[in-house]
Amino acid sequence: MVLASLSLASAQDSRMSLPTTVGAGSAFSIHSTGSGKAVLYIVGPGQALRRDVQLGESTYFPVGSLYNAGHYLVILVAGSSTDNGWVDVVPANTPANLSFLAKPSRLPIGLHNGISGTVYIFDVYHNLITKPTPVSFKLSNPSGSAQQRAVTAHEGVATTEMDSSEKEGFAKFEAQVDGISSTRVVEQVPGSPCGLTMIARPSGKGIQLATNPVRDCSGNAVPDGTIITFTESYDGAQSTADVPLKHGVAQVEIPAHPGATITVASGVVLGNEIHWQK
Amino acid sequence: MNKGRVLAVFITAATVALIAIGTLWPGKTALQYSGGKNLLRTSSTPQAAVENLGDEIRLRAWGAAYSSLGNKAEFSQSDFVHDLTGYYLSLRTYATLESFEVRPLHASSDQAEVRLRMHWSSVVGPFTTTRDLQVVKNGDRWNVDWPLVRKTVVPPQVIPENYLRWDVIYRGPGDDWGVQDVEAPHVRIVDMHPVQRAEGVVVLGELLNEDVVPAYVSVRATLQSKSGSPISTEGSFDKISHILLPKQVTPFFVNFPNATLSDVGSIRMEPLSGLVSASAGPVIVIENQQLNPAPGATVTGQLVNQSGQVVNIAHILETLYDKTGQVVWVADQYTDHALLPLTPIPFDIHIPEDLARKVSSERTIVETYSVGGVH
Repeated sequence: MVLASLSLASAQDSRMSLPTTVGAGSAFSIHSTGSGKAVLYIVGPGQALRRDVQLGESTYFPVGSLYNAGHYLVILVAGSSTDNGWVDVVPANTPANLSFLAKPSRLPIGLHNGISGTVYIFDVYHNLITKPTPVSFKLSNPSGSAQQRAVTAHEGVATTEMDSSEKEGFAKFEAQVDGISSTRVVEQVPGSPCGLTMIARPSGKGIQLATNPVRDCSGNAVPDGTIITFTESYDGAQSTADVPLKHGVAQVEIPAHPGATITVASGVVLGNEIHWQK
Repeated sequence: MNKGRVLAVFITAATVALIAIGTLWPGKTALQYSGGKNLLRTSSTPQAAVENLGDEIRLRAWGAAYSSLGNKAEFSQSDFVHDLTGYYLSLRTYATLESFEVRPLHASSDQAEVRLRMHWSSVVGPFTTTRDLQVVKNGDRWNVDWPLVRKTVVPPQVIPENYLRWDVIYRGPGDDWGVQDVEAPHVRIVDMHPVQRAEGVVVLGELLNEDVVPAYVSVRATLQSKSGSPISTEGSFDKISHILLPKQVTPFFVNFPNATLSDVGSIRMEPLSGLVSASAGPVIVIENQQLNPAPGATVTGQLVNQSGQVVNIAHILETLYDKTGQVVWVADQYTDHALLPLTPIPFDIHIPEDLARKVSSERTIVETYSVGGVH
């Protein structure tokens, strides 16, 4: 059992001796002088205690009595006379919980300082630990590479920024404080298609158009479902189709028009051009 | 007390008189909705026969309309009804015939050709269909030969579908507040251009979904005066594809009625996006798109549904560009027919006459809504 510091507050009334600070959830005692019975009230943020006390004795408060950090008013009522004072309940020194905010949960690859992590450090009673505390952040990429940052938390908060990797996939973002850790997952997604190319083949009366496997500039496969736009222009008219990637390629059949020019694009990225002569 | 009795007697007498007048000389609309037969003229001329048929279609008096046809032996009443309301669920199914125009084309003593233009009202606005009808004299009456468009038959086949589908699971109420939620899709306005029109200011542009997940999108625009104070805020409602697949681009159109561009100092644009469950299909190919110059400027083409699923409603969005590639207008149209697999459906979108000369190229996208399959 740990007893709180019993350093006395000099300015307090002689009938009640209060500790100036108490660790959140720690045991402590309050000594009173005089004789007879009295009632002791402790009122603070989210908590109020009432104890019948015998004046001249110490009143003992076990572990977990006061657990919300803050400024508490202590009142001793004995008959018609009262005595009062203040006690500060401070967060425990040992971190027990971390609230870790990692943003965004999804971002493109290769973004400098694109990932931000902010950690809030709490004790076992969810009081924010405001004393400077070392925090380590680690972003582990699917390729096995990792970025690490050591930051000191001030007023209970530590923040950092990391780069997204050049390789797509789910990265593990971890914050660690004094053996306590919290992990988030950040999805790093491929960028826009790069070097988009298609091939055209005759197919009955039409043309079968198909892209080569679509990748971004870092060589990552662009996700299925991404829209690829094929456009065939001929004699002042055109045919178009928005086609989603399936298994890395997009394909569609369009009518064949001799002399037509066929282009491929995805979003604002243009691909190659084919002149259909058959 | 006496005054009250006099008033009561007066109201009663007036009510009786009005009922009598309404019964003896009913209004045209009242007669229509009461199913009164007196509305219909005798089919003593080709035009009267077509007008009667139009009135019966408007009243959805399918039995009477079918009975009046001269060629009813060639098809059933059900075929006739479905020809007008659609064989598959579509905009036509719930459309009502608001009005029609009858225009004689040719006539002889026993045969005539009459054009029937039907103006329908639907949930997304009006549309018009035209039928050229042969009208044949039968004794002292004229009967319409209805040019039935038969149900398109899709050959029995198996069309494999393995399109992606995205579903979204958001964080739960019991999760710790630091737990990440799914990130909203990243979208970007890639083009924006205000235009002064007679009815006000229109902000046109294009929006790109640059993410790898589907997005529900909208655009909000705020006109600001030269001093920076807001004049008006409006959002894009129609003329935008609200669901954008990854790397898809939609036009948008934000209308500020009664605003004047010369009063505007700047425009604040806000692209809005949210995650949405979506499917990557069906693929619609837009064939033979053609820009037809003024007068009567239009963009025409055909939609071909390359999937095995029936598309009940297709929303065609046309982005029109000038020679420099800047958006000059956004036009749209809904198909009144369902799109059956591999069956071309034509479209014809009107372009404002004054803008038609500026238009150099166009881009078409199609947003689709499906509720069922082929049967």
